[in-house]
Amino acid sequence: MSTDNVNHQGGAVDEEFTDPGVPADHRPRRADVDPKAANRAERQVAAMFGLSVLGTVIAIAAYVMSDVGGDNIAGVQNSTMLMGLGLFLAMIGIGTGAIHWAKTLMRDHDMVEERHELRSSDEARAGAVDNLKEGAKDSGIGVGRRGLLKGSLVTALAIAPLSVLVPAIGNLGGDWNVSKFRHTMWKQGVRLAKDPDGSLIKASDVTIGSVFHVIPDGLTELEHHQLEEKAKAVVLLIRMSPDDLNVQPGREDWSFDGIVAYSKICTHVGCPVALYEQQTHHLLCPCHQSTFDVANGAKVVFGPAKRALPQLPIAVDDEGYIIAKDDFNEPIGPSYWERLK
Amino acid sequence: MTEVKTAPTDSRLNRAAGSTASYVDERTSIGAFTKFIARKIFPDHWSFMLGEIALYSFVVLLLSGVILTAFFVPSMDIVEYEGEFAQLKGLEMSRAFESTVHMSFEVPGGLLMRQIHHWAALIFTASIVTHMARIFFTGAFRKPRELNWLVGFTLMILSLAAGFTGYSLPDDVLSGNGLRIIDGVIKSIPLAGSYISYGLFGGEFPGEALIPRMFTAHILLIPALILGLIALHLFLVFLHKHTQYPGGGRTDKNVVGLPLFPVYMAKAGGFFFVVFGVIALLAAVFQINPVWNYGPYDPSPVSAGTQPDWYMLFIDGALRIMPGNFEYVIGGFTLSLNVLIPAVVLPGLFFGVLALYPWIEAWATGDRGEKHVLDRPRNAPTRTALGVALITFYVVLVLEGSNDIVASLFSLSINDLTLMFRITVIVLPILAFIIAKRLAMGLQRKDRELVLHGHETGRIVRFDNGEYIEVHEPLTEQERWVRVSYDALKPRELAPELNDRGVRRKGYRWDRFKAAWSRFYFEDRVEPVTPAELKAAEEHHAHELESGKKAAPEDPAIHP
Repeated sequence: MSTDNVNHQGGAVDEEFTDPGVPADHRPRRADVDPKAANRAERQVAAMFGLSVLGTVIAIAAYVMSDVGGDNIAGVQNSTMLMGLGLFLAMIGIGTGAIHWAKTLMRDHDMVEERHELRSSDEARAGAVDNLKEGAKDSGIGVGRRGLLKGSLVTALAIAPLSVLVPAIGNLGGDWNVSKFRHTMWKQGVRLAKDPDGSLIKASDVTIGSVFHVIPDGLTELEHHQLEEKAKAVVLLIRMSPDDLNVQPGREDWSFDGIVAYSKICTHVGCPVALYEQQTHHLLCPCHQSTFDVANGAKVVFGPAKRALPQLPIAVDDEGYIIAKDDFNEPIGPSYWERLK
Repeated sequence: MTEVKTAPTDSRLNRAAGSTASYVDERTSIGAFTKFIARKIFPDHWSFMLGEIALYSFVVLLLSGVILTAFFVPSMDIVEYEGEFAQLKGLEMSRAFESTVHMSFEVPGGLLMRQIHHWAALIFTASIVTHMARIFFTGAFRKPRELNWLVGFTLMILSLAAGFTGYSLPDDVLSGNGLRIIDGVIKSIPLAGSYISYGLFGGEFPGEALIPRMFTAHILLIPALILGLIALHLFLVFLHKHTQYPGGGRTDKNVVGLPLFPVYMAKAGGFFFVVFGVIALLAAVFQINPVWNYGPYDPSPVSAGTQPDWYMLFIDGALRIMPGNFEYVIGGFTLSLNVLIPAVVLPGLFFGVLALYPWIEAWATGDRGEKHVLDRPRNAPTRTALGVALITFYVVLVLEGSNDIVASLFSLSINDLTLMFRITVIVLPILAFIIAKRLAMGLQRKDRELVLHGHETGRIVRFDNGEYIEVHEPLTEQERWVRVSYDALKPRELAPELNDRGVRRKGYRWDRFKAAWSRFYFEDRVEPVTPAELKAAEEHHAHELESGKKAAPEDPAIHP
């Protein structure tokens, strides 16, 4: 629209429409003109406030009568619902009452308030500058003066937070030993145990097509860091027909008669890769659907992961239990900057 | 109309109120403040309630949260469950999980408070996002409100942080896996990732430090920041005075509406109770986050159909949609772009663009004036289309974040679904932009049509010569004003590259960029009807009625 706001004289049409102003015609509501309607509105509002009182009574009664504790799920559900409904009524009664009051009995035609430009007046701005100048003069740090003082103050202020931050952040990580990411509990001779009960697994227990969720034997006896170790060491043990298994070069002796063990931790962002499809030998991560082909070295066949799941080399000991031959030969789980260093 | 008497009577109560007010005023000059605030005018529109919902659900969060802290134990110490819930008996779990189950089953009203808190959190984040969308589409972020947009943006980010830290506190399987994903994302950050993760968790994942740390963040740090920024946000709303939709008498120099006392005290105050009531109803009727069914956190199990709370879904969707080939090893160091791009770079860009949008648009408009009258979204077609495109992008990611549920619901292959979303996440926002812009301009043309030719009345008139026409009724002044009182901005002019001395002037490239950006916004536009056009149309109608002849009206002001 043009900024030209001049009305053209001499019968010509205006360049732009003129603002008709705030609508003057106010359509009265029933309660504005009919005292009976106003009284009715008052009674309605009062009824809503009354409903709120009722709701409070219900909520308190529900609390007093609540039958929780014991293995009584229904009791918990009932008291939750009744207390909640009481609270709902207590609140909604006040809310709707107040709004109904505003809509029926309070003013409903517009008023106008002027705005003022937010910018300070030129005098105020000049005054501010003068005051700052005077203050600067009083402190002796006018423009181009006392550079040493200003420089040292700024330096001190800038680095002083480090006196708090360095110890604070320094303590956050404890020993900062990120090389722990590299190793798990698995090592030569550790037996494979079932998750979560810790019972050992014999090769003969593992039928073709079956899958075991595995933890290292001894994990459940750990005094400290049980969850941290578990978070790295969980393994899936899968047996398939040796004909289906495409053994990876260099890993000929990492599996046993069609039994393979792979890290359960996704190489994408670390969810447990828990869903195994027997027919296709695919492992699916339910978090982001990375799919790994167990028959082919657990390589990625779909999804956002890039790397294959790390394989745990296994063998069978004299008693027939499945054991690890070594730790994983690479860090398990998601990638990180220095993972190959 | 009945007269309402409000003059004080000389009752004992009134004397007491008066002397109390005087006592306080002599010590605080609250009288002047009351004079300023009591009859302050606020305009009325349903869309102004979205921010109120955010504010009120935050109050509900504070109230219910205080009750929860009385029972929650933020500890990762392992205990054996000895409570009453049979399914968990004898299981090992953290104190955090145990105390969550305890307050759900053995504290009367405890479960209700948990569900109120969780529902309020979902509504808090949702109302912030819709409030932000309202501000965006109506242009309420323009001068002088850019800084308040930034305050609101920060509040939005803080609400996500509050939601995520709270969601993770019960230490159940679902939230624990969510934390593990966050750990994986953090580890993908080049150079510092491992150390940030190690510092955050106080050692290796999951460690024993995280829940106490998140607890402090969740109940102290984040709410304190939110509270402070809400105060600033509302202070600026009062300082700027509220924006208003276009209409008769509403200008950039006034505000038209109803007074705070009593109308908005009743309406907005009442609305708090409505919001609280609705949250209570949701909490009473709909179960949310039944952690006892998920079980305590254990790094081994996980189940299908695991979705985070809605506000984190888009990041999860971005993680899912990213093809996995983008991990590289450079000089022995691993750069995991397949995680870094969707979970760090993309949200960073998305939020960065949102935060800076008021300035991004100002490059195109070059407008320096204060804007207090809102845009109808159709009158800013490019902005509206950009917003719709961003929302479309977001929604595709949210859908991809639920792809397993979508796939099983519609019996689709999850792989095909993801492949399809990989394409649509790029194509759909572009399509949405084009369609939304055309729709907005179509609505503008519809407005022109209405202004020029009036409402259809359904009244058919037959002329002597046998021809029929429908009689149109002209718009009222008020109806017309809403449709003609907008600025159809034109692209910025680009001053010549060389100044009068033939030297290339400073800042030319920047100006050239702004001019191009401005063309992108304002090249296509629909001008509002001018009085001359209306007069021509009226004459045309009159002529038509006289002669009974009909001709297609010209509409020269519409640009392509």
